[in-house]
Amino acid sequence: MSDQHASETAGSPVVANNNTVDAVVAALLFIVGIVVIVEARRLGSSWADDGPGAGYFPFYIGLILCISSLGIFYQSTVGKARDTDAFVDRIQLRRVLSVLLPAVVYVLGVRFLGLYVASAIYIALFMIVLGNYSRVKSVLLAVIVIAIFFMMFEVWFKVPLYKGTLAPLSFLGY
Amino acid sequence: MEEFSSLMQGFAVILTPMNIGLMFVGIILGVLIGVLPGLGGANGVAILLPLTFTMSPTSAIVMLSCIYWGALFGGAITSILFNIPGEPWSVATTFDGYPMAQRGKAGQALTAAFTSSFVGAFVAVVMITFLAPLVAKFALKFGAPEFFAVYLLTFCSFVGMGKGSPFKILVSMALGFALAAVGMDTVTGQLRLTFGQSELMRGFDFLIAVIGLFGIGEILTSMEEGLQFSGKAARINPKVVWETWKELPKYWVTSVRSSLVGIWMGITPGGATPASFMSYGLAKKMSRNGTKFGTGEIEGVIAPETAAHAAGTSALLPMLALGIPGSPTAAVLLGGLLIWGLQPGPLLFVEQKDFVWGLIASMYLGNLVGLIVVLSTVPLFASILRIPFSIIAPVIIVICAIGAYTVHSAMLDIWFMLGFGVVGYVFKKLNYPLAPLVLALVLGDKAEDSFRQAMLVSQGDLMIMWANPLVGSITTLALLMLLWPLISKALAVIRPPKKKEFAEEQPVD
Repeated sequence: MSDQHASETAGSPVVANNNTVDAVVAALLFIVGIVVIVEARRLGSSWADDGPGAGYFPFYIGLILCISSLGIFYQSTVGKARDTDAFVDRIQLRRVLSVLLPAVVYVLGVRFLGLYVASAIYIALFMIVLGNYSRVKSVLLAVIVIAIFFMMFEVWFKVPLYKGTLAPLSFLGY
Repeated sequence: MEEFSSLMQGFAVILTPMNIGLMFVGIILGVLIGVLPGLGGANGVAILLPLTFTMSPTSAIVMLSCIYWGALFGGAITSILFNIPGEPWSVATTFDGYPMAQRGKAGQALTAAFTSSFVGAFVAVVMITFLAPLVAKFALKFGAPEFFAVYLLTFCSFVGMGKGSPFKILVSMALGFALAAVGMDTVTGQLRLTFGQSELMRGFDFLIAVIGLFGIGEILTSMEEGLQFSGKAARINPKVVWETWKELPKYWVTSVRSSLVGIWMGITPGGATPASFMSYGLAKKMSRNGTKFGTGEIEGVIAPETAAHAAGTSALLPMLALGIPGSPTAAVLLGGLLIWGLQPGPLLFVEQKDFVWGLIASMYLGNLVGLIVVLSTVPLFASILRIPFSIIAPVIIVICAIGAYTVHSAMLDIWFMLGFGVVGYVFKKLNYPLAPLVLALVLGDKAEDSFRQAMLVSQGDLMIMWANPLVGSITTLALLMLLWPLISKALAVIRPPKKKEFAEEQPVD
């Protein structure tokens, strides 16, 4: 990030506290544990004719997951030592999302444009929008970086990368 | 001196121009990874792993292990010059390294850090050379119950030796095992936890998890801080190096102690990060200059760096001799071995002599090459950190995406990587340790197999875990580790504990 974002975050409104997030995550993990247990029961978590069933081991894993997440849930809601520090404040959340959301769009772009083209566009846009670089500089750098990757993977190490459903680079012959 | 002649043979295997070249490439890439935020030893090796698929296993492991040494060296550069630990295990190096740099002694601090890294690694490699064959020979007698007991011990040690809530360690571990179970069951051929999705049949590859958890997760956490690097200039010239080297032998006690701490924490899955903190703490307590620690004491740089490198290196011993990695990076290297068709474990020492001794020989050479490379190129690497984050961040995300794709040439894996990235970010902020998750994901299938085999032998009787003194003592030790948080609480009631130092500064890793 460029300099103006590096300002103090103190005083920015807190979006969530650690113990709240802790409790939510524990609840989610509990659900995962339940899913694992149900699936393990379906597969056969007991002793089959020829030995332990396919769900024998996962059943206990699910059980550990459930019990431990209950423990965390308890610690974060009623526990004395619960951590009420800020998990994330509004400025921090905006910064994190400013990386995460474009990344999601980027992966979506990879699906259609392939790794090379999508990556070049992603790097260039990231620099222009979040880094306030000039368009020429950003595009030039993105193209150079991707050209290096292209040479490295397709030409030198012969590891073909994803070209996308639209395959915009098919004219290169790789 | 059978080990010695084997080692010489190993040197003969790796001393080809090709392998030496790969060694330099590996070290330079490794230092680069260590310096860049978001890329660390584990995910750096994971991303570069697919590039080695076409090489011979020996060349591949030489390059990958050198990346690992490079990353271990690289972490110190950012800690000392920028006060930003490039890797979790170099957090303790910032305590005294950065104050030294502020006082204009960056050159001395860097030289001390690199040299003690080398010393720590060297002691650990000597230990591996002589101990690993013994452990492997011993482990040849292991059956399924013994192996499961060792797996159990590995995971229970996380609980016993980890910091923070034991519940979180358990959850992280269980989540890893659950993810490992996804896909086809190796014994019965049934599909597990796929919910009818054919894409999930392949299961979750731990390389994807490593790239997401450590790479993307790290970028998101760095982003939150709104990183702005401001570093101290580093000038290293032969004179500074020589002056520092003359001073270092004075601190041999610290070096020996730190090496031992590192080796112990590396073999047991404590890892490099706790080793560096523990060693720093011990040095502070035992040194005559203990009170001056934190103001730029050279001993405060030597202690954590020696221990971190010793631990990072010894983590490879259980990986080689037992097939059980001691750290996430060792786990990634183990994944590499499997891909090249080598089965890590005791048999490796019998069947793949060239490979094993080539690797051990490359540890000696790689660390020496590393020392030379970092001492001569510090200013270059320091300048990388002056590249603005808005250029580095997208490039690293692109590198992660490419790395995730190349593992199986599967588009879906890039989505998984992103998902793991969010999990990594949240887990990191909530102090969930990530190492147990990764190790459980790697070892999940094997641990389950050995458990089921043991149960088959005994027809479901758990007492097989105490069937003979060997397996019984390992299992008992494991359970002790698992219950350690409770035991230590009980002890605390009987006898009030001593004041903890650095407890709040210690990250969970």
